[in-house]
Amino acid sequence: MALKKVTGTAECPECFAEIELKDVMQNEITQCPDCGADLEVVSIEPLELALAPEEEEDWGE
Amino acid sequence: MKFGLLHSRVRVEEKLLFEAFERRGIDFDLIDDQKLIFDISDLSHVADYAKYDVVVERCINHGRALYSLRILNDQGISTVNTAQVADTCGNKLQTTSALATAGVPQPRTLVAFTPESALEAIEQLGYPVVLKPAVGSWGRLLSKVNDRDAAEAILEHKDTLGSYHHSIFYIQEYVRKPLRDIRAFVVGDETICAIYRGSEHWITNTARGGKSSNCPVTPELNDICLRATRAVGGGVVAIDVFEDPDRGLLINEVNYTMEFRNSIAPTGVNIPDRMVDFAIKVARDGWAAANGWQNGSPLHQPVSLTAGVSA
Repeated sequence: MALKKVTGTAECPECFAEIELKDVMQNEITQCPDCGADLEVVSIEPLELALAPEEEEDWGE
Repeated sequence: MKFGLLHSRVRVEEKLLFEAFERRGIDFDLIDDQKLIFDISDLSHVADYAKYDVVVERCINHGRALYSLRILNDQGISTVNTAQVADTCGNKLQTTSALATAGVPQPRTLVAFTPESALEAIEQLGYPVVLKPAVGSWGRLLSKVNDRDAAEAILEHKDTLGSYHHSIFYIQEYVRKPLRDIRAFVVGDETICAIYRGSEHWITNTARGGKSSNCPVTPELNDICLRATRAVGGGVVAIDVFEDPDRGLLINEVNYTMEFRNSIAPTGVNIPDRMVDFAIKVARDGWAAANGWQNGSPLHQPVSLTAGVSA
């Protein structure tokens, strides 16, 4: 499959900064350059960000 | 050749793997574990995954990885890694038991099931000791216990505040390693590279701020890592190794969904490319051949102890 990548802007749900995103994919993890929050790209059409979930007990490598 | 890539989120590692697939011209589908539904009572449904020559697992949650791999492997679908490897490596107690069965050097470790017997075990080992949750990573909830007062407090807290899972007491001797440990990357029958993880803190995980630098893969390091890999069932793993001043190299942990973003630059090894090479071999030649095994099977079949892991 060809991976769908999108360039555009979205609002940080933590600090409401307008973030520029380049070639991002669905479920990609990124960070807000303003407030440093870890964010997940939850939608690419339209571009939408949500706070990345906190660590769970069985997370890890 | 068609691959499935089972994932939770798209981290740096997954992006590098996608790029490696694309460079080889491998057709692949993304399988999002947040949306996945397995109808395991209807095998024809699970058989839909048979269109993949191999499914590469990159989940963040151990439970999601383990159970997905189990369902796929039960239906004969090839995966990297296998459910057996995930089951053994995802639980430190099971890893230790598998390494011990294979005679691979490791720190002395005791297991106990009540605070009272755990305290007795700690005193048998002698202070300091390290208490670890059997399941978990990134150095979370590790406790270096320096004396009896601390031991009593931590055991009570784990017993009272933790889930049942935290009352499986995994007690490891504290190895007086230099201010670093080794993380070695094994792909099949080769230790492809390794890094030192240096830290002033006794926890050296790079996720906790440990600094990485290249570590030469000596014959000794390669040998112990390959033995450890075979003991857990083979595959693509990242192994944490201690350098004990008296006993030499000791295997601390084996990780089965490895992170590698901090290890490509210091080693100069294209780790995702090597992982893709291995997955292609598994798809083409099968698990045993990809691991370079002559007799076709790993040493050891563990019993799953991971029920209730995320309770």
